[in-house]
Amino acid sequence: MIKITINGKPVEVEKGTTIYQAAKKVNINIPVLCYMELEDMGVKHNPGGCRVCVVEVEGAANLMPSCVTKCWDGMVVKTSSPRVLNARKTVVELILSDHPFDCLVCAKNGTCDLQKMAQDLGIREIHYQGEQSTYREDTSPAIIREMDKCINCRRCETMCNDVQTVGALSGINRGFEAVVAPAFEQNLEHSPCTYCGQCVAVCPTGALTEVDHSNHVLRALADPKKKVVVQTAPAVRAALGEEFGMEAGSLVTGKMVSALRELGFDYVFDTDFAADLTIMEEGTELLNRLNKHLSGDKEVKLPILTSCCPGWVSFFEHHFPEMTDIPSTARSPQQMFGSIAKNYFAETIATEREDLVVVSIMPCVAKKYERSREEFSVNGDSDVNYSITTRELAHLIKQSNMDFHSLEDKNFDSPLGESTGAGVIFGTTGGVIEAATRSAYEMHTGKHLDKVDFEELRGMEGIREASVDFDGQEIKIGIAHGLGNARKLLEDIKAGKSDFHAIEIMACPGGCIGGGGQPLHHGNSEILKKRQKAIYQEDAGKKIRKSHENPFIQNLYKDYLGEPGGEKSHELLHTKYFDRKKRWIKK
Amino acid sequence: MVKHKMHLLVCGGTGCYASANGDLAKALNEALEISGLQDEVQVVTTGCFGFCEKGPIVKVLPDNTFYVEVQPDDAEKIIQEHVIKGRKVDKLLYTDPDKKEKIADSAHMDFYKKQIRIALRNCGVINPEDIDEYISRDGYQALGKVLGELGPQKTIDTIKDSGLRGRGGGGFPAGLKWQFAKNNESDEKYVVCNADEGDPGAFMDRSILEGDPHTVIEAMTINGYAIGANTGLVYIRAEYPLAIRRLKFAINQAREYGLLGENIMDSGFDFDIQLRYGAGAFVCGEETALIHSMEGERGEPTVKPPYPAESGFRGKPTNVNNVESYANIPVIINQGADWFAKIGNKNSTGTKVFALAGKVNNVGLIEVPMGTTLREVIFEIGGGIKDGKKFKAVQTGGPSGGCLTDKHLDTPIDFDNLVKVGSMMGSGGMIVMDEDDCMVSVAKFYLDFTVEESCGKCTPCRVGNKRLYEILDKITQGKGEPEDLDKLRNLGTVIKETSLCGLGQTAPNPVISTMENFWEEYEQHVTDKKCAAGSCKNLMQYHIIEENCVGCTACARKCPVNCISGEKKQVHKIDQDLCIKCGNCMDVCKFNAVEII
Repeated sequence: MIKITINGKPVEVEKGTTIYQAAKKVNINIPVLCYMELEDMGVKHNPGGCRVCVVEVEGAANLMPSCVTKCWDGMVVKTSSPRVLNARKTVVELILSDHPFDCLVCAKNGTCDLQKMAQDLGIREIHYQGEQSTYREDTSPAIIREMDKCINCRRCETMCNDVQTVGALSGINRGFEAVVAPAFEQNLEHSPCTYCGQCVAVCPTGALTEVDHSNHVLRALADPKKKVVVQTAPAVRAALGEEFGMEAGSLVTGKMVSALRELGFDYVFDTDFAADLTIMEEGTELLNRLNKHLSGDKEVKLPILTSCCPGWVSFFEHHFPEMTDIPSTARSPQQMFGSIAKNYFAETIATEREDLVVVSIMPCVAKKYERSREEFSVNGDSDVNYSITTRELAHLIKQSNMDFHSLEDKNFDSPLGESTGAGVIFGTTGGVIEAATRSAYEMHTGKHLDKVDFEELRGMEGIREASVDFDGQEIKIGIAHGLGNARKLLEDIKAGKSDFHAIEIMACPGGCIGGGGQPLHHGNSEILKKRQKAIYQEDAGKKIRKSHENPFIQNLYKDYLGEPGGEKSHELLHTKYFDRKKRWIKK
Repeated sequence: MVKHKMHLLVCGGTGCYASANGDLAKALNEALEISGLQDEVQVVTTGCFGFCEKGPIVKVLPDNTFYVEVQPDDAEKIIQEHVIKGRKVDKLLYTDPDKKEKIADSAHMDFYKKQIRIALRNCGVINPEDIDEYISRDGYQALGKVLGELGPQKTIDTIKDSGLRGRGGGGFPAGLKWQFAKNNESDEKYVVCNADEGDPGAFMDRSILEGDPHTVIEAMTINGYAIGANTGLVYIRAEYPLAIRRLKFAINQAREYGLLGENIMDSGFDFDIQLRYGAGAFVCGEETALIHSMEGERGEPTVKPPYPAESGFRGKPTNVNNVESYANIPVIINQGADWFAKIGNKNSTGTKVFALAGKVNNVGLIEVPMGTTLREVIFEIGGGIKDGKKFKAVQTGGPSGGCLTDKHLDTPIDFDNLVKVGSMMGSGGMIVMDEDDCMVSVAKFYLDFTVEESCGKCTPCRVGNKRLYEILDKITQGKGEPEDLDKLRNLGTVIKETSLCGLGQTAPNPVISTMENFWEEYEQHVTDKKCAAGSCKNLMQYHIIEENCVGCTACARKCPVNCISGEKKQVHKIDQDLCIKCGNCMDVCKFNAVEII
């Protein structure tokens, strides 16, 4: 143990502890800007670049960055001496001197770390004015880059390269011109970007934001000729409350439904319904492949990989195009919903597909991109017309003068709003595969599953492995969240070292609860854990917890689709994948 | 060098090579052939002689005649007169500027008198492309001694005892650095030679690599053996093609001689050297940035610790030393630590190579014992200020050093004394300024360099230096306000205290030191809107002296912006709002009627 003194308070810490961590132990909060750490998820970013967290260390000539400087025995630290405060304010003033002052109309207004820092430090004047960096705006189907607002914290770079191993963003140019961008300052569209949105999730300013579609949604709602249908992804209900000051992990399903009705949606449905449908399709595919494999078919490919996550789908299309035959061909719940809504539901309510507007509320930025993929549209009309994030929904609710807290709890509309607990847990890492296991077990063994909670599949570790006993047959399951972890499993499969039967992959740390479209967690991984808890809580409270037992799903097959994996299902609920590596390498 | 009666040493340094188009050696050889002397006289292209001011240089052995400013056309004369008839070519001899006498032998020239050449010992003496010449001057003897006699720890102890401090700028004791790298156990270790010389106007390392590449190879091998590394890497600027060529050539020769590769000198020790090219980013001279660049990463520094000795190239213990530091190693091993420690000062032993530049008569590369004063360097070796002007300041330590004034002239040059007076040793840039230099503009010039070369990783360096530059620019434009001076001070201090690496931490030095030493010049710029040196264009006015003006209209006709009015035979007037300060009017006036105020 090392003994140090911070602001006169003695602290005892383990060797290797940074000054920043040591200060936290005695409730001294040193402000940080570029620093980011998601504990338990192996995400650590402390380049010591912003220099906001500098402190005075006795005996050292210069001020030292507390986020990277490790404590030594007998160290005496001052975190808020006049010298430190002057330096810290000057550094923040310098950042502000190269930052646009459009805070009032910035997408991050109110949630910007830099804005908060300026407020906390009481900065009222910027003494050092001068040239400001200007970059062209880069708009993609999902993410907007406004690099004028970039403060070079490089968090996005860490997420994109180290955590997600996507490699779309990196520091380019030098000095005052230094900025984070795709190679050769190309647009994101011409990079291997998967639109996972983790860069957006960690950007402290408005430099990286989602493409905002909320105005399109308002316009559709105002159009009397249109019937507007909304679907809400499971992870949204576990996080939306945070936008209204609620404790992380507050479940707001009923209030959310209420708010959507008040906004004027004609039908408020649940993506969870489509999640149940996904289990039927994906589970059937898994069992087909598994049975062939068990009966000795050497041609069949295992493991089967889930395909619900559009960031993940982009990832293997970009980075592992030679393996596009392994993932399940099942569309994601968002797209299954869109397809069923535009075909089955439009028919049911006797509306032309063009007059039915499908909106999705997603915790995700990549869903904006997914909905725009050509294979998910008919004659130019997308199955899902608009996809907005949890944050955009919160803005819509705030604009509509609702007091979210006092909204009554309401239920989803029928039939596309009826779902099971299995559909809900799609919102967290491990959820899809647990839902699939619940159904696949019963379908495979023909026996009733008494205990539906597969604790062995739950957790927050980046890569998890578990074995499930299918009545004497051991099924090996892998789970990865974060694309860097996914890459490891894929490399193993490529090298023939993988013995999994099925693998679930989610692009974002924590799964959808940590999606790029969720309320910002500002580096606090506790928030993700609380959201996860809320998801399992909703599942536990459901009467039906296995997808194949959803009576509305059963009816859908009976009345419309036929068999899971059948011809109609294939047409409406399955998809194919493309080699996208060629695309960005050529351009 | 045995069979020839006479040798003509031709400087093959980049400067001389360029100013004679590289044709000098060829012309000498041709002239020899015409006279049939090619077997008796040998032309040797050597490394830099250092006296770049008077290049291209040819030295004749054995009589030590030192010819300056030799052009290919002079070759025939040298052969005919000197080689054949034994008469020195008078017009090519150096003229002492004070005594106006011709000096034939470099040993008697002021430029060389006070120099002691250790790192540069072979530059200008041997053919760098011939390993035998290096060996004939004790080359690879130190390696033999280390492998056969000393062993790793005693080698490190020798370096420690010699007191050698890193010549790249930091001045960290080299022996200690080696010891750290040795103490860190690892399956793999690396030694890295930092040849990313980036200070504007500096060419110490380049000259060593061009003139004596084997010394670096030998020293790196010794370093590798001492710390337990089998791979050496030279990080060299791609803009040094001649140095790269000679180094590659030398590495291959050393391999052929078994001095690199497996089982060197039957010692069982394997060592080889690879080159890594830098793209010319100044920040890559910082060791962590250098290592990242070699790894293929963005050339950016990271916070130390961990130091490279602990986690360097590919995360393995790595020892990084600069070219000049390495050039001292073989001599220290051969002559002993005590011999070396006796040269120079107590805490700064040995010599230091400087690239002397600016307004001195003798621009060039010099090597002096530590403790030599600035006065000796500038006025004796440097031959004083050009054109009889007044000395104003000397900038040591490259772009991040400080500007010292005449009150510092008797400061002994060493690591600690230079820091004490507000500058630093740096890697050896030394730029002399005279009365025509405006110190605000000088500070601005250096800031311009650091702004350009900042990697952009940390805020104070990326934005702060840019703002410092902008304030200086404003002041030199005549738009400075008194509070700008406070801003310069505060910002300079914050940048120094909060920047991530040495580049940022020292970038404000030129500003801080010029404010310290030339405060009145800053005040003058800001309050009186005057630049006494007359170098800030926006602060000066061309003015017509009424009494002298005869109304000839010559100035008005020459003015490119038509801002001079006045009829013939009437006094002219310059419209100050339109004047672009080109100075044409002053040049063209025959009556001394235009003055600068």
